Amino acid sequence: MKTAISYKNVKKFYGDLKAVNGITLNIKEGEFFGLLGPNGAGKSTLINMLAGLAKPSTGKISVMGYDVQNNYQEARHSVGIVPQELVFDPFFNVREMLRFQAGYFGKGKENDVWVDEVIERLDLTDKASTNMRKLSGGMKRRALIAQALVHKPPVIVLDEPTAGVDVELRQKLWEFIKDLNNDGHTIVLTTHYLEEAQELCNSVAMLRAGKVVAMDTTKNLLRKFATKNLKLKLNFKGEEKLPQKIDHIPHQIVEDAFIFQLKRITDITEITEALKESRVEIADIQTVDSDLEDVFLKLTNSNK
Amino acid sequence: MMVTPKIQLIGTWTLIKKELIRFWRVAFQTVAAPVITGILYLVIFSHVLQDRLEVYEGVTYTSFLIPGLIMMSLLQNAFANSSSSLIQSKVMGNIVFILLSPLSYIQLFIAFIVGAIFRGLFVGLVIYLLALIYVDLPIEHPWMVFCFAIFGGGLLGAFGIIAGIWAERFDQMAAFGNFVIMPLSFLSGVFYSIHSLPLAWQNVSQLNPFFYMIDGFRFGFFGQSDVSPYISLAVVFLFFVALSFAAIQMLKSGYKLRN
Repeated sequence: MKTAISYKNVKKFYGDLKAVNGITLNIKEGEFFGLLGPNGAGKSTLINMLAGLAKPSTGKISVMGYDVQNNYQEARHSVGIVPQELVFDPFFNVREMLRFQAGYFGKGKENDVWVDEVIERLDLTDKASTNMRKLSGGMKRRALIAQALVHKPPVIVLDEPTAGVDVELRQKLWEFIKDLNNDGHTIVLTTHYLEEAQELCNSVAMLRAGKVVAMDTTKNLLRKFATKNLKLKLNFKGEEKLPQKIDHIPHQIVEDAFIFQLKRITDITEITEALKESRVEIADIQTVDSDLEDVFLKLTNSNK
Repeated sequence: MMVTPKIQLIGTWTLIKKELIRFWRVAFQTVAAPVITGILYLVIFSHVLQDRLEVYEGVTYTSFLIPGLIMMSLLQNAFANSSSSLIQSKVMGNIVFILLSPLSYIQLFIAFIVGAIFRGLFVGLVIYLLALIYVDLPIEHPWMVFCFAIFGGGLLGAFGIIAGIWAERFDQMAAFGNFVIMPLSFLSGVFYSIHSLPLAWQNVSQLNPFFYMIDGFRFGFFGQSDVSPYISLAVVFLFFVALSFAAIQMLKSGYKLRN
């Protein structure tokens, strides 16, 4: 499979701040790729450099084989970017904005059918003739997404596209994006909703302090880093303290439940027997699989 | 993806069209207001000075005034178009749409300049047509009028690009208008011939590029001017090239546009 996006040892410094500190990353054509990390990890800087809104201090970036600096016109034709901020041109309505945006990419009237399809798929038909100023936040977000798609780019980058968007639109949006992905478009996504990333992305890169701390398929990351957990609600007769025998098993208290991280399945027997011996009653018991959020927190918080 | 000349042409034309529609949508502010200001200057100054001054032989003061007012409005509006388009889209954040597009710095430059020249010409033309109600004002050298209008509008359009990129806030942009454009245009001989000034001020006036634009433009109407129209045209052209070069460099480097 060909490479859609390639970062080669990319660094970006703002004075002393190392926003991106030596990232090498390859995203294959047709992938649904998640770029995850806490605020300030360097996700938006990576996207801005890809879009040509920021220049890397060192390193090379290419989209569909085109260098984003030396062949910037071809590179920008290959990518559609949904910016994080809700920006809009107050002089125009939705359809005018989309047609202008398509025109910048050299698309003429023959593209109007596709513009109308994008409008329809993003549920903007009723608002197509409404001035951008008069749209709600959610509608503005849809229009922004539409703007990134008007030139049918092979690579689509969505920087926090569902921030502030209601559940219904989020579902519709992901259906549309999944369809685009099924049609062969490469999708890159940054999101704070990790369940979205887990559900949608086949590969993810986790960033911290301008570096990639993990990169693999979502399945592999879950297999490598995820654990089984035992969640117990306990009724203590005396002091609210775990028996010494099981205190060594890694655990945390979330709300009123104890969550034990299991290394092997026999840990369950050890825990329940120790509790029985100590006359601690089990009020509720659940096994919980950890998800991408647990992996994310583990990786982004380690060695802090 | 091959970026063909046709793709480039559609891209440039789209941005030009957007620039034109943008100012037309607020024509009350961008056309009507400067036209009314120009006509007010004409009515007031011609009423006060019509019978007291004759700047060129056989040319009434009102006739003398009109080309200067047309050119002053043309220049101010050319500057306003490119500068306001850039500062507004920077402040609103929607500049990102053209920065994400494949439009080259040359395409951006051409689109902003064409938009600026067109708005300047349009405002100037409306003032000229309204002034014809007042006086008969034939054009003796149409090509001179055309050249000064185009290069003058282009020069101020390029200056507007520079100001629009440099300024980060609306008050910084207003400072350009109030402390650079307004004084230079008022002290350029719109309302008088520099020969009516003391020698020292005549010399100072000749350092003002606006003087050459007004004087040369006026030559196109009357065939008379304070300095040779060819010198004026050369000065205007040189300033146009210099400011265009600076504006193109700013667009190319991404100064204050790209990190």
